[in-house]
Amino acid sequence: MTRQAAAEQVAGDFYTRHFVEPGPREDTLILNMGPQHPSTHGVLRIVLELDGEYILRAEPVIGYLHRMHEKMAEVKTCLQYMPNMGRVDYLHPLAWNWAFVGAVERLGEIEVPERAEYIRVITVELNRITSHLVWWGAYILDLGAFTPIMYAFDDREYLLDLLQIPTGSRLTYSFFRPGGVSTDLTEDFLKGVLEFIPYFRSRLPMYKDLVTDNIILRKRIEEVGVIPLEVCRRYGATGPVLRGSGQPYDVRRAEPYSVYDRFDFEIPTDEKLDAMGRYRVRVAEMEQSMRIIEQAIEGLPEGPHIVKGAPKPKWKAPKGEAYFAVEGARGKIGVHLVSSGKANPYRLKLRSPTFSNMSLFAEIARGTLLPDAVAILGSLDLVIPEIDR
Amino acid sequence: MGALRESWQNIVDLWSLIVGLKVTGKYFCYRHRTVHYPRKTVDNINTFRGPLELVPKSKDPTKPKCIVCMMCATNCPCGAITLVKKKAPKPTPEELKAEEEAKARGEKVKKKKAPKEPARFIQDFSLCSLCGICVENCPVGSIRFSNDVYFAVTRREDLALDLLARLRERAGEMEKTLSVEQEA
Repeated sequence: MTRQAAAEQVAGDFYTRHFVEPGPREDTLILNMGPQHPSTHGVLRIVLELDGEYILRAEPVIGYLHRMHEKMAEVKTCLQYMPNMGRVDYLHPLAWNWAFVGAVERLGEIEVPERAEYIRVITVELNRITSHLVWWGAYILDLGAFTPIMYAFDDREYLLDLLQIPTGSRLTYSFFRPGGVSTDLTEDFLKGVLEFIPYFRSRLPMYKDLVTDNIILRKRIEEVGVIPLEVCRRYGATGPVLRGSGQPYDVRRAEPYSVYDRFDFEIPTDEKLDAMGRYRVRVAEMEQSMRIIEQAIEGLPEGPHIVKGAPKPKWKAPKGEAYFAVEGARGKIGVHLVSSGKANPYRLKLRSPTFSNMSLFAEIARGTLLPDAVAILGSLDLVIPEIDR
Repeated sequence: MGALRESWQNIVDLWSLIVGLKVTGKYFCYRHRTVHYPRKTVDNINTFRGPLELVPKSKDPTKPKCIVCMMCATNCPCGAITLVKKKAPKPTPEELKAEEEAKARGEKVKKKKAPKEPARFIQDFSLCSLCGICVENCPVGSIRFSNDVYFAVTRREDLALDLLARLRERAGEMEKTLSVEQEA
């Protein structure tokens, strides 16, 4: 390609109607839905082609938050890579911790003490509740109601205080280690969790009264953003998006890892396929997480929290490859680790659920109203750093 | 019949709004849940990971336990720790003379070894990602996380923390409080 041809291809933008595929019409309005500034957090830009208020085409533009997490793994040892895993998805970092640590353990055939597995389950499920609470508050905020996020953050603060006890941080956790977890749970923590569960159960009816049954919300998101199961399958959507389309697929049940096969919990699904369905699935998931936490605390065995002879920072993974998948708050998180026998991994592939979930937005948004597109985008629960990695 | 059902539905819908208002009204009367920071502070920060701090020797609170094995500096994922070992002390003129004499006699001369103490221990807090690998891998338990939640600076250069100076500061403060207590 000559220099001029290359310049022509990148010259111009949505203002000059520069799409990858030009549309048939010239009298449409181009709207740039997205960041005010490229370095703000969570920037997803969507170029919309509008006819009046109806969307003819939506093109997500991603990559503003690309931080080379996969490449960074190639210059660090397995243990040194742990802080990165807390920063891929800032709302459910412990699930990413687990996915990476699981891949390392599978590759190195490291045994994990039973207590560590239970600690992992308890903390990951608490983290899932915080993640869903942020989504719940922020989604309603997207739709124009300010108050609910205050209630959600009130409960989330309680959980962050709890998770701070073992992990030491409030947002970007680096808590798990290959072979266990970095610190043991304290009595304070367990007491706090046991107090939280009945408290949060008593809050859920309030959430229902305040938001779920509210006629304004129901008229706004019922029958909006219907995602047929076939579309989910085509794009590889997982998590609450897939379960909101009626498919009871959950990695915790489909390919049970760790000790999840010992717990009794349901996989909530919804047959309505719309944004309200996904909303109901997430709220039901918070209840199921509490059930899992209760059972895990009841069965929490005594023992070490990390295996003796756990990998040191300069530990060399044996030659080979391993894949480990966990169920994050947004779907299936997968880590594929390839090692050539050196201390640094040869290649690391991170499968982020939001990337697949976002991909179907372009198809679903076509033909909807602009405000409905906002409602659909919010209902997918996108965490942009996770899309770009 | 249809109109009747519709108006009934409208009443039900309106009722859902009133229920929501009841919730907000109830919580409006509650005490506030946030903490007014400068006037009040929270107390659950015992395990919070703040900037690193050195653990002093039990006999000398101004000196750290550190043996300069470099485990923390070499294993830090972000290269946030700069650690420099103390140099061997310069020999005095008498010692130099004795050394030369010993050499002339053909004896083996033992040079003074550098003490296992850090000369500089600097943590660049702007690079640190608080993973805890240094703390976990320290063989003598010389570093730990402080729980300094309110740590803030106005210039980026101030984030390079001289941990030895901070340790001496803390030791000085401890002495002060001890002497105050003794006087009391």
